[in-house]
Amino acid sequence: MLTFILTRLFSMVTVVIGIITLVFLLIHLVPGDPVQVMLGETATVVAQDELRHSLGLDQPLHTQWWHYFTNLLQGNLGTSLHSKEPIAEKIGKPLWETAKLAIAGLFLAILIALPLGSLAALRKDTVWDSGAMLFSLLGISIPHFWLGPLLILLFSLQLKWLPVSGNEEWSSIILPAITLGTALASILARMVRATLLEVLNEDYIRTARAKGLRESAVIIHHALRNASLPIITILGLQLGALLGGAVITETVFAWPGIGQLTVESIQNRDYPVVQACVLLISLTYVIINTFTDILYAWLDPRVHYRV
Amino acid sequence: MFKPQTFIPLSILLTWLGLAISSTWLSLHPNDISLPHLLQSPSAIAWLGYDDLGRSLLDRLILGARTSFLVATGVISVSLTVGTVIGMSSGWLGGTMDLIIVRIMDIFLAFPSILLAIALSGLLGPGIENVVFALSIIGWVGFARLARAQTLSLKRREHVIAAIALGAKVPRILFRHVLPLLVAPLVVEATFGIAGIVIAEAGLSFLGLGVQPPTASWGSMIRDGTRYMLVAPHIVLAPGLALMLVVLSVNLLGDRLRDWLDVKGKQE
Repeated sequence: MLTFILTRLFSMVTVVIGIITLVFLLIHLVPGDPVQVMLGETATVVAQDELRHSLGLDQPLHTQWWHYFTNLLQGNLGTSLHSKEPIAEKIGKPLWETAKLAIAGLFLAILIALPLGSLAALRKDTVWDSGAMLFSLLGISIPHFWLGPLLILLFSLQLKWLPVSGNEEWSSIILPAITLGTALASILARMVRATLLEVLNEDYIRTARAKGLRESAVIIHHALRNASLPIITILGLQLGALLGGAVITETVFAWPGIGQLTVESIQNRDYPVVQACVLLISLTYVIINTFTDILYAWLDPRVHYRV
Repeated sequence: MFKPQTFIPLSILLTWLGLAISSTWLSLHPNDISLPHLLQSPSAIAWLGYDDLGRSLLDRLILGARTSFLVATGVISVSLTVGTVIGMSSGWLGGTMDLIIVRIMDIFLAFPSILLAIALSGLLGPGIENVVFALSIIGWVGFARLARAQTLSLKRREHVIAAIALGAKVPRILFRHVLPLLVAPLVVEATFGIAGIVIAEAGLSFLGLGVQPPTASWGSMIRDGTRYMLVAPHIVLAPGLALMLVVLSVNLLGDRLRDWLDVKGKQE
């Protein structure tokens, strides 16, 4: 088990270094002179040189990379060009808001997917099954930036139950969480159905039924528990889509998270902030994925014995 | 073949394709501003009504179909070619080269894909070529991974070993003996890929990072529509519905295609 954890951690470190390098290179993708793009055409040569120097863009590429890397290790994400604040201070609150939204979306997705997927598996080839699968197909196909406005149209403008956007009341999180969670719920529901169908044919389910357990106990304690492994993997993998979807969802609902900060910074040409946001979201995703893998191996000893 | 599950999505996709291709010859006026028609609801004359500048929504919807189709075709062809070449070489060569390529693919997969696309097109600036470029950068990995995995297993097949024994050159083996067997899984992957690309293009345009006005895109139409939801909900409903129908059809057909190509599933 220890070897497995160490191997996973080592490969995580290489991927993290790769991510940092790619994010570092992003600023060099800006067509033309990034400094000129950031300051606009009216900036003086002196101001341009000053910014170029403070960003280190006048240094050779490998020196720049080394600076970027060592700064990151010290928790220094650079300075925002727009507000002149250190990015590390600026980014904390949005990060927390995004985490809140992502967790709400995740919970909602599980809350919808588990009963829906189980229902579809237990009533296979009935109206319930096709209904659940239709919902899941619709949920996968509907983009966040359309579902969001639709929900606003129905619940905020027509029924006037929930706020349109922003984050002033506790109920503000409901619509963004639904928007974010629907796609995940759909994928998860399909997965729950598929794994449950496999598990339900196993001998231990027949045994559990034969010894006279109630059907609900069979499903919850015997079937779902064994089906939970592939579901955890999918959850970990889909977290990337969830975090990416958060960027668009936050824009739709003016949710003050890191996604909105990314889009705003792109519009302000505040590239150091864009880099920091992309980096933090991707790192979160990688770290969570690594821990999902380790959790999976811990839950299922067959995985790490094979390695 | 012509069950409703196949027929309906197929006809939706063919309509999308037909409109996208024929839009050049139709007499459309997507950029004609007509102030008397501002925000007007759908009627017998204008089937989908008018937007916030008094432009015909139907005309813009058709032009938006063209945009999404162009981007989808561009991204699929670039990432399919690049991904297959990289994946096949990596799988065939093996060794250190393979190890490095796999690591690079891992790094690209470690980014939430839409986030990388947003950052890339934000930095590159708007425009249809940049959208294609940004989406191809995240798109090639899927094809490369698939091509590599398939090549790895095909490498040990008898017919490939026979070809090596007969002294065939590597390019010939890859093109005549490996590539034909890669086509089916790659086509399924590409079909599902279309759905993701159409959504991603619209998403970037929704954020204002995709194609620029006055060029029509379903994403930017949705964004414009969100500002007038109270007075003119049809502006946000029409492009969103079109987008969802296309994506839904692609997903449905992808499922059918996979079942059809999956020989193992058929035997059971």
